[in-house]
Amino acid sequence: MTATNTAVVAKYQNNFLQEVEANVEEGDWVKMCMQCGVCAGSCPLGDAWDHSPQEIFMMIRAGKREEVLTSDSMWMCTSCYNCIVRCPRELPITHIMHGLANYAHRLGIAHKKNPTRRFAKIFWDNVTKNGRANELTLSIRLYFMDGIVSGIKIGLQMVGMGLGMLKTGRLDPMALVMHKGIKDTKGLHAMLKKAYEIEGKRKGYAS
Amino acid sequence: MTDLVATNETILVVGGGISGMTAAIEAAECGKDVVLIEKTPALGGRVSQLYKYFPKLCHPVCGLEINLRRLKAQKRLRVLTMAQVTNISGNAGDYSVSIKVSPRYVNENCTACGACAEAVSSEIDDPFQYNMSRTKAVYLPFNMAYPQRYVIDGSIIGTAEADQAKTACQYNAVDLDMSEETLELKAGAVIWATGWKPYDANKIQPYGYDRYANVITSVEFERMMDPYGPTAGKLLRPSDNKEAKNIAFIQCAGSRDRNHLTHCSRICCMASLKQSTYISEQYGDDDDAKSTIYYIDIRAIDRFEDFYKKVQDDPKTHFVKSKVANITEDEKTGDVILHGVDTEGYNRYDNSHDLCVLAVGMTPNANIKEVAADTHTDVSGFIEADEANGAIFGAGCASNALDVNRSVQHATAASLRAIQVVNRVASAEA
Ligand SMILES: Cc1cc2nc3c(=O)[nH]c(=O)nc-3n(C[C@H](O)[C@H](O)[C@H](O)COP(=O)(O)OP(=O)(O)OC[C@H]3O[C@@H](n4cnc5c(N)ncnc54)[C@H](O)[C@@H]3O)c2cc1C
Ligand code: SF4
Ligand code: SF4
Repeated sequence: MTATNTAVVAKYQNNFLQEVEANVEEGDWVKMCMQCGVCAGSCPLGDAWDHSPQEIFMMIRAGKREEVLTSDSMWMCTSCYNCIVRCPRELPITHIMHGLANYAHRLGIAHKKNPTRRFAKIFWDNVTKNGRANELTLSIRLYFMDGIVSGIKIGLQMVGMGLGMLKTGRLDPMALVMHKGIKDTKGLHAMLKKAYEIEGKRKGYAS
Repeated sequence: MTDLVATNETILVVGGGISGMTAAIEAAECGKDVVLIEKTPALGGRVSQLYKYFPKLCHPVCGLEINLRRLKAQKRLRVLTMAQVTNISGNAGDYSVSIKVSPRYVNENCTACGACAEAVSSEIDDPFQYNMSRTKAVYLPFNMAYPQRYVIDGSIIGTAEADQAKTACQYNAVDLDMSEETLELKAGAVIWATGWKPYDANKIQPYGYDRYANVITSVEFERMMDPYGPTAGKLLRPSDNKEAKNIAFIQCAGSRDRNHLTHCSRICCMASLKQSTYISEQYGDDDDAKSTIYYIDIRAIDRFEDFYKKVQDDPKTHFVKSKVANITEDEKTGDVILHGVDTEGYNRYDNSHDLCVLAVGMTPNANIKEVAADTHTDVSGFIEADEANGAIFGAGCASNALDVNRSVQHATAASLRAIQVVNRVASAEA
């Protein structure tokens, strides 16, 4: 339990819908869902996840806070937008799903082992380090996400592609030691820190 | 036709469906002068295209016949068919209306003997059957058509066939020299009863009405079940003419959907419940026959709840609480496969059916703003009851998605409003 989590639980008591409306991106749309089921049936990931968007929205209204925030569903969303296109109520479902993922992460409730969450975190750290994605270190970190052995295995599988990319100049081997970032890395970090603070203040998170 | 006299004390009714007929008859029975104009060659509107109608499950011909008798008894009521309003100007109690009358090429001498039709072989798509079958290019719109008078389709005018039709008529009723006429009429009040049309199912992309032969609309299904319909009352599916027994109904096809019509079309739940009784009636004890109704929620308003309960008790009818996500086709069999997740348990399904009926929504048939630009309508284009509309009153489905019972009540109310306006004109002129 993070301090932020304890604080919002105290603030919203048992009203999880209100909590979602106030804190989750596009969360105020959740109450517009009429439980028709079109999004659930339209998701190409189908039964690969714990709950469909339809179910998540009903669970939010039913106050199932724990189940929603620890669900893997919002991490499984591939942003195909099939559900948004078909939803008769025009809910921005994809965005709500990402909003929920982000919120669960911010509260420190999201499963630490969830692969999508881990990838997102690796990517974020990589790109914010000096303002530009370093594809080489990104791939390496990703391959070795589950330890040395599996990392080497994946690396060997990808050798062909890596060499091809090297040959065509799509991968810079020097990036391992020297990666050219943006001019004002410090400025970027200051901006991101400020943005994080502002969001925390606006939403009343404990810092 | 040109001897049609109308004054500021005349009530003009536009649209000769059940609502327009009701409004016109009631005003005439109250002693008012009424002109009823209808776009197609016959009165009756969409009710005449229903096989049976809820809640009593009687045949619509009976109600139609009663109304036609009342109508024929009214000397003050004049009917113009194949006529459309092109412009309305003026104010309450003093309107000028332009009307365009298309040529029928058959005059009042017609006895509906049918000799003209026998003399020709050209065919056209039959609009009465929603173009599912063809009819002769010289035709009676349907058995109970009023007026009982044949029509010659414009496509054969100028051909030898038209001349053959003329020669075949012993009553001098074929007049190939008729041409489009325009009329200017006065009216004190206008009742706009142009009704509805089914929402264009091609626009509901995931359901594949445009791609799969065995996805049809509720209005087409209604015609198929009618002994006078394109399949003579047999449920033969379009892909292979095999008898369809395992039928799916999809509710809210185009309604309650911000991508299509935002309103609830209100009658389609009842229409599908009714149509499921056709299946049970047609197949009796056949265990293979069943209806499955896919719905968001069943809206069987007020006393129709009884009807819903009865259908729920029918072992041949099943309900799945789910808006179907999409339909695919089994190319080998032509069966349609409905995909979705149900709301009662969140179970994923991929259900195969012989035939799928889309309960398509209702949308206004004519846009009043094209002839009277300032008329107030709601977001769906239905005419609102608004003082700014002066003495232009919507009646029946031109004003909202309504069943026959409510359409008729609404038409009577519109008639009373119109009567008040012409009464005021009359007392001012006296
Ligand atoms: C599948 C289905 C099944 C249904 N079953 C039932 C049922 O069982 N029981 C029930 O109560 N209701 C039923 N309904 C509803 C019923 O069809 C309507 O309530 C009824 O048709 C309304 O009548 P109306 O006169 O308002 O409109 P319409 O029947 O649409 O009549 C309008 C008339 O106006 C004419 N017109 C249109 N535009 C113009 C113009 N510009 N100028 C002149 N004339 C024009 C049309 O040609 C038509 O004759 C069903 C509807 C559907 C979709
Ligand atoms: S499609 Fe839209 S209205 Fe239907 S269940 Fe999903 S979110 Fe709710
Ligand atoms: S009447 Fe039923 S099927 Fe028709 S739009 Fe309303 S809820 Fe949907």
